[in-house]
Amino acid sequence: MNPFSSGTRLRDMIRAIRACKTAAEERAVVRKECAAIRAAISENDPDYRHRNLAKLMFIHMLGYPTHFGQMECLKLIASAGFPEKRIGYLGLMLLLDERQEVLMLVTNSLKQDLNHSNQYIVGLALCALGNICSAEMARDLAPEVERLLQTRDPNIKKKAALCSIRIIRKVPDLAENFMGPASSLLKEKHHGVLIAGVQLCTDLCKASTIALEYLRKNCTEGLVRILRDVSNSPYAPEYDIAGITDPFLHIRVLRLMRMLGQGDADSSEYMNDILAQVATKTESNKNAGNAILYECVETIMGIEATSGLRVLAINILGRFLSNRDNNIRYVALNMLMKAVTVDSQAVQRHRTTILECVKDSDASIRKRALELVFLLVNDTNVKSLTKELIDHLEVSDQEFKGDLTAKICSIVEKFSQEKLWYIDQMCKVLSLAGNHVKDDVWHALIVMISNAPDLQGYAVRSLYKAFRTSNEQESLVRVTVWCIGEYGEMLVNNVGVLEMEEPMTVTESDAVDVVEVALQHHSSDITTRAMSLVALLKLSSRFPPTSERIREIVMQHKGNVELELQQRSLEFNSIIQRHPNIKSSLVERMPVLDESAYIGKRAGSSQATLSADKSSQTTSSGPSSLKLPNGVTKPPAAPLMDLLDLSSDDAPVSTSSTTDFLHDLLGGDSISPGVAPSGGAGTDILMDLLSIGSPSAPTDVLVPNAISSKQGNAPEPKIAPAPVMDLLDGLPSREENPVYPSITAFESSTLKITFSFTKQPGNLQATVIQATFTNLSSSAYTDFIFQAAVPKFIQLQLDPASSSTLPANGSGTITQMLTVTNSQHGQKALAMRIRMAYKVNDQDKLEQGQINNFPRGL
Amino acid sequence: MIRAVIVMNTQGKPRLVKFYDFQPPEKQQELIRSVYGVLSERADNVSNFVEADAIFGPGTQLVYKHFATLYFVFVFDSAENELAMLDLIQVFVETLDRCFKNVCELDMVFNFNKMHMLLDEIIFGGQVLETSSEQVLKAVEEIAKLEKSSSAISLVPKSVSARFGR
Repeated sequence: MNPFSSGTRLRDMIRAIRACKTAAEERAVVRKECAAIRAAISENDPDYRHRNLAKLMFIHMLGYPTHFGQMECLKLIASAGFPEKRIGYLGLMLLLDERQEVLMLVTNSLKQDLNHSNQYIVGLALCALGNICSAEMARDLAPEVERLLQTRDPNIKKKAALCSIRIIRKVPDLAENFMGPASSLLKEKHHGVLIAGVQLCTDLCKASTIALEYLRKNCTEGLVRILRDVSNSPYAPEYDIAGITDPFLHIRVLRLMRMLGQGDADSSEYMNDILAQVATKTESNKNAGNAILYECVETIMGIEATSGLRVLAINILGRFLSNRDNNIRYVALNMLMKAVTVDSQAVQRHRTTILECVKDSDASIRKRALELVFLLVNDTNVKSLTKELIDHLEVSDQEFKGDLTAKICSIVEKFSQEKLWYIDQMCKVLSLAGNHVKDDVWHALIVMISNAPDLQGYAVRSLYKAFRTSNEQESLVRVTVWCIGEYGEMLVNNVGVLEMEEPMTVTESDAVDVVEVALQHHSSDITTRAMSLVALLKLSSRFPPTSERIREIVMQHKGNVELELQQRSLEFNSIIQRHPNIKSSLVERMPVLDESAYIGKRAGSSQATLSADKSSQTTSSGPSSLKLPNGVTKPPAAPLMDLLDLSSDDAPVSTSSTTDFLHDLLGGDSISPGVAPSGGAGTDILMDLLSIGSPSAPTDVLVPNAISSKQGNAPEPKIAPAPVMDLLDGLPSREENPVYPSITAFESSTLKITFSFTKQPGNLQATVIQATFTNLSSSAYTDFIFQAAVPKFIQLQLDPASSSTLPANGSGTITQMLTVTNSQHGQKALAMRIRMAYKVNDQDKLEQGQINNFPRGL
Repeated sequence: MIRAVIVMNTQGKPRLVKFYDFQPPEKQQELIRSVYGVLSERADNVSNFVEADAIFGPGTQLVYKHFATLYFVFVFDSAENELAMLDLIQVFVETLDRCFKNVCELDMVFNFNKMHMLLDEIIFGGQVLETSSEQVLKAVEEIAKLEKSSSAISLVPKSVSARFGR
């Protein structure tokens, strides 16, 4: 024996591996074995080839590389003995990839074996072909397989039928060759052949409409007969599973019937009777019986069945829902979800049972049931369903709360007919599961409250009450703090009390207490604290007597480690102490937030782009269209401009500092206002209010100076306007500049990016680029991130994107603003490398490219 | 279509792995680990189905059964009936049981290529081939007979499990 060949037998190796105590030991054993096998391979030792390959398969299962054994598979397949061939084919299926070149070499051996006289060798070859067949092999070997479909041996026949499925999947053109043989398989008696034959027919229907028509014409009758025979047949122990005769055949036949009956009234009509028989007669106390019923229901929903039959089907599902077996409930929910689109009325009847399933102990059932309930909600049942769901929120598992909260919130938002109800429900959700409420949901609540002047008092009182009972829920705390800051006097003076409200007395210091609790609470994060500080500042103006106390609370944070809080604390202190004359105008109530703009933003979709386009149109058409009192042109869809206009109207004294203060006041999330906030927050309207529209505008106008320069002096109105006007005028005066054509910066099969350009007036080097991203594929992208790199002579600034989700099929876009400053303007052209990272179905994708086709002169 | 059949023990060690659409070895290990991660967290009294979209791509589910120290996992897409897959696991396990006379984990470890032989008679290229364990056993026995008659080197002695059972 060759001294280098591995002397150990397969089971010795397995035992050695099993004896390993640590992963390192196991690796050492495997390494040694692999080395021995490699040596044997290079020795070309035929005696132990198949033993070595068997070892390799075991090693492969453990996750070690085994590519060096691939050629050995081919050698074994080519050898004459049956055991060698068997191991060879097994290795071929496990170790090789259909994309590998090596596979080309095996086609010839396969062909020979398919024509072999030994039926077991033919079986091995068919099995291998069915597992790894490539398009090329399919074309080469289809005639052999077709011939084998007509042999007498049932074992070969059924394997050939399934092998044909693989061939058709690889090369759909071949489907028509298999129609005839496939339909004759349905006349067989052997059960394995029947199952395989029915499966082949199902795949043929998927692959080609010609085959579908052919089979519909020739096989519908035969199928009905098979189903009748099998469901009426007496006890046949061989294919019996738990007392049901041959459930697999049942299921396959029902499935093929669905393919044939779909959209075809005649064949559906023909199937009605037998389907009704299966649906009523099948026993439902065993899993196998339920599997048949389940398939039968799906077929009834899929074909053009009579309405009576459909009701029967949905009632079967209703019965499933009250079954004690988790699996049955799970599939029933799955199916009801599909049935909702077909017949929602019938599904509605089982609403209470479905609602019970939301409370199930099994997480996957709960999740399904919740999705189904979501589909069932309509205007008439929304109130009772929401109540049930919210009641359940109280007792549900911690990990389920996230899903449940998200669904309740979207139901409440989608179906709220009256704002009062919406506020009530949101209050409940916030106080029960505020930590699970997403940012955009509570932002929407704030926007809504700001738009409902007659309910503001009620809202702030409800929130106050809710806060007194639970102050651990982050988003409840934030909304409460915001509302008390804005509408604190409504809380104290009981403004706008509704009839059903219980009277309550809240003093000014009670209101301050609440905000103080929020500010000092250990679980409050920096955003909540920053919001609390702003609320306190506002309260100091609303309730002058508490002013001194508030100043003390605010000053406690003058040494805070968080720069943002420290800065706010110091600035607010200075406002309260030294600038009583401007304070009241600074802390004016927020202007009504633009609801529709917010909804548009949130959708992050084409709407946003549309309005952006509109704004550029109006601006280029000149400032004539929209005039505001102070003569500043206002692009319509920019709430920011509203805000600035309003403030400059209200407080003309110190326009520049007002913008900055607003900047700060609103700065819930933005830690450092000068730097553009990062990606994810892009949908946030509060952020939008802050991030002053065009990035190159002087956002850092005198942040510290705003206060210091005015200390002691009366505010001078004339200092500031210049930069502010600049800021506001930046967009409209664009028409003087040359217009640059938009370009398609990047296009692949899945993604398209277009750039449109605008120049800042008087600054030839800077260009603002609006990038628009469109998804050309059929699945949505999430966590979309765009990155860009430029040569050294260019500076680049990226603003946050409008969204991080990109809907499929170009049904929405993301827009993102880039500002580039070309320091060698006129000498060198722009150039950029870009990279887009995103997730499709949770899989990371990366695309990159280079853009050289920028218009000249940028 | 059935995408994969995985048998692993309750520690996550794979005992039989068969993917019907090719996956590179590293990916296979990753998938096995994620499946194990899902299964080991599930309580006993929950359904046998798990949505596997996150692991195997959209529309896939997995069904598993827990026998003694082993998980039997079938991964399949929307073209299969969930409940039938559950029955198919039953068929597979019954067949193994009849083949190895009270099958245990050790039988599987030492006879993994016989397991493949069995599996290939039940599932073929991701499609159900045969559901009668009698037919499957007959086919496997024929193959074993053929193998014995034509080969002197026995790959895996049948009595191993008896001798090394512990």
